[in-house]
Amino acid sequence: MTRRMSIAAAINAGLRAALESDDHVMLMGEDIGRLGGVFRVTEGLQKDFGERRVLDTPLAESAIVGTAVGLAMRGYRPVVEIQFDGFVYPAYDQLVNQVARLHHRSSGQVRMPLVIRIPYGGGIGAVEHHSESPEAQFVMTPGLKVVAPATAHDAFWMIQQAIASDDPVVVMEPKRRYWESGEVGDTPEPLHASQVRREGQAATLVTYGPMVRTCLDAAEAAATEGVELEVVDLRSLSPLDLGPVVDSVRSTGRCVVVHEAQRTLGLGAEIAARVSEECFVHLEAPVRRVTGYDLPYPPSRAEDEFLPGVDRILDAVDSTTDDSVYAGGES
Amino acid sequence: MHHESATANNVQLVQLLTPDGQRVEHPDAAWTGSTDDLLALHRDLVLTRRVDTEAFALQRHGELGLWPPCKGQEAAQVGTARALRPQDMAFASYRGHGVAWVRGVPPENLLGMYRGTTLGGWDPAEFNLALPAIIIGAQTLHATGYAMGLTLDGAVGTGDADRDAAVMVYLGDGATSQGDVLEAMSWAASFSLPVVFVVENNHYAISVPVTRQTAVPLVRRADGFGFPGIRVDGNDVLACHAVATAALERAREGHGPTLIEAVTYRMGAHTTSDDPTRYRDGTESDDWAARDPIDRVRAHLQQLGDHSAAFAALEDEAEQLGVDLRAACAAMPEPDLADQFDRVFVDPDPDLQRQRGDYVAWRSLETGGVA
Ligand SMILES: Cc1ncc(C[n+]2csc(CCOP(=O)(O)OP(=O)(O)O)c2C)c(N)n1
Repeated sequence: MTRRMSIAAAINAGLRAALESDDHVMLMGEDIGRLGGVFRVTEGLQKDFGERRVLDTPLAESAIVGTAVGLAMRGYRPVVEIQFDGFVYPAYDQLVNQVARLHHRSSGQVRMPLVIRIPYGGGIGAVEHHSESPEAQFVMTPGLKVVAPATAHDAFWMIQQAIASDDPVVVMEPKRRYWESGEVGDTPEPLHASQVRREGQAATLVTYGPMVRTCLDAAEAAATEGVELEVVDLRSLSPLDLGPVVDSVRSTGRCVVVHEAQRTLGLGAEIAARVSEECFVHLEAPVRRVTGYDLPYPPSRAEDEFLPGVDRILDAVDSTTDDSVYAGGES
Repeated sequence: MHHESATANNVQLVQLLTPDGQRVEHPDAAWTGSTDDLLALHRDLVLTRRVDTEAFALQRHGELGLWPPCKGQEAAQVGTARALRPQDMAFASYRGHGVAWVRGVPPENLLGMYRGTTLGGWDPAEFNLALPAIIIGAQTLHATGYAMGLTLDGAVGTGDADRDAAVMVYLGDGATSQGDVLEAMSWAASFSLPVVFVVENNHYAISVPVTRQTAVPLVRRADGFGFPGIRVDGNDVLACHAVATAALERAREGHGPTLIEAVTYRMGAHTTSDDPTRYRDGTESDDWAARDPIDRVRAHLQQLGDHSAAFAALEDEAEQLGVDLRAACAAMPEPDLADQFDRVFVDPDPDLQRQRGDYVAWRSLETGGVA
């Protein structure tokens, strides 16, 4: 049986299911209780599960993640909300130096079944620090797993799978898509598997999170001109599951990676490297990246120019099929 | 050990003007200004509120993406900021519109950040007011470092009133939970730096009440760091002015930091995106409306004499300010992404300049040649 709901509602339902099935699950964050979170993702959960399990915390991100470490050591499964992407940095030290390392450091004796939920990305007309895409910083940190659901179905299931995981999982939530609806089915996909969202032969678009929708829109537009693009949703950023990407690129010979995050050392860099390692003889053109520019996130009235959109994606696709533009580095 | 709470009233609240406008005395604070000084403070309060109300309305009309209203906190901001001298430095929060007003920042310059045309809005050195930090509490460390610079420069404790300087930094009650803030206070105490921490305790951090940030009145934090703390009626502009004047004086003389807890109330929403009915009960807001920071000054002035002409003129001035602000908002230039590439570094980064070139070339292709 499927149910139609928004991504925000799907995460809410997933959190609810996790709270119901394991009484060591607890939610912590700023304004998540009485208010239900600034995006209302935790709406109603404090009312139903009480203030001991759904905590409005003091305003201190390092403390939120740091105390979650202690709670995890005591057998709890804390699900931490960072209110907006840009506010994760005060907690960065705890995440990178503690959360990511304790299992390794203790030779497996200490487990860190933490979930760090981060509404991320731009396109919502917000002020500074509310539109960041810091995922690569967590992907490059050994010891953290990172996932990025893009659909309501994945939002519902992946949050539960992340909570069930005994490893720390950073869940990057596509905040600008929170209110987009989709079907939520009965069976989850594996948490760390990527998935082909649309099949095509002309080129492969590799993406995740809020850009999945944008890439599907681009593929739709291309299809009206008879060009069929394959869209791969990575879903899991760490570990990466590049099998479907490699299979796809071996057949299309062309690969364009799309993400909101800035270009340099973003996920696109890693994917381009791996695709060129694994698909070298199949590639008809260099791997292209369509990303945010290497700028601090701009004022919101310039964000549409900064963020990848359908036009930039299609131009990049064209550049992989048009010999004359191979020389240009930019898409 | 006795038990306290964030809202305990066992710590004295300095008040010089009661909510109904009676002038009272307090042993820890002196205010000796004239009626003209009172009128000037009243004007600051009224015009700050007008800027705030206009900006709120501009957001409602889609001209701003967001606005954090300061309604209710005008006295805490104006009273303390009026104690600054030109050479002093201030670090306000995103809600510090009254501080910006007092520092002389043209009100339209406050709007750009919220309209999404700029990440800044003014040159901090021009007004001796830093850009507001959105990352909660970050500014307290900047203020502490700036105060250290003043000390290193020998601009503290010389006895020269035109030279000695101090720093005032504003933060919310929620911010007091951030490690940065506690580190700033510890640092400032350790080096005995000329910095005044003004906590505008408006009782909420978005939806979270101050009782979640602290188990004792916030002013008591100062004890632990080893500098004086003073709790003031944040809706009393005279009391705020008096305690801030004394704290800044102490700082400029080289006697180190002070913590001022200005007890006030956010009469509106956290921002235009917020709905406070979800987390505030009953008559709380009404109780605070009766303690409005402007009403009491007006009531007091009326007791001193007939100021109806001045009030009428001020009303006209506020009207005009609103008209000008609306016009200035509409006239703000749109940001050009190409410009953003030019302001990342002092010394251009060739790789980034290449990206800029690619962006401009792409844009001109998309727009058919008109870049
Ligand atoms: C590091 C960080 N975490 C969270 C936020 C989101 N946020 C913005 S304002 C706010 C509440 C601040 O409360 P307080 O310090 O009391 O100041 P007020 O807004 O009441 O003036 C929060 C949680 C932020 N801006 N920065």
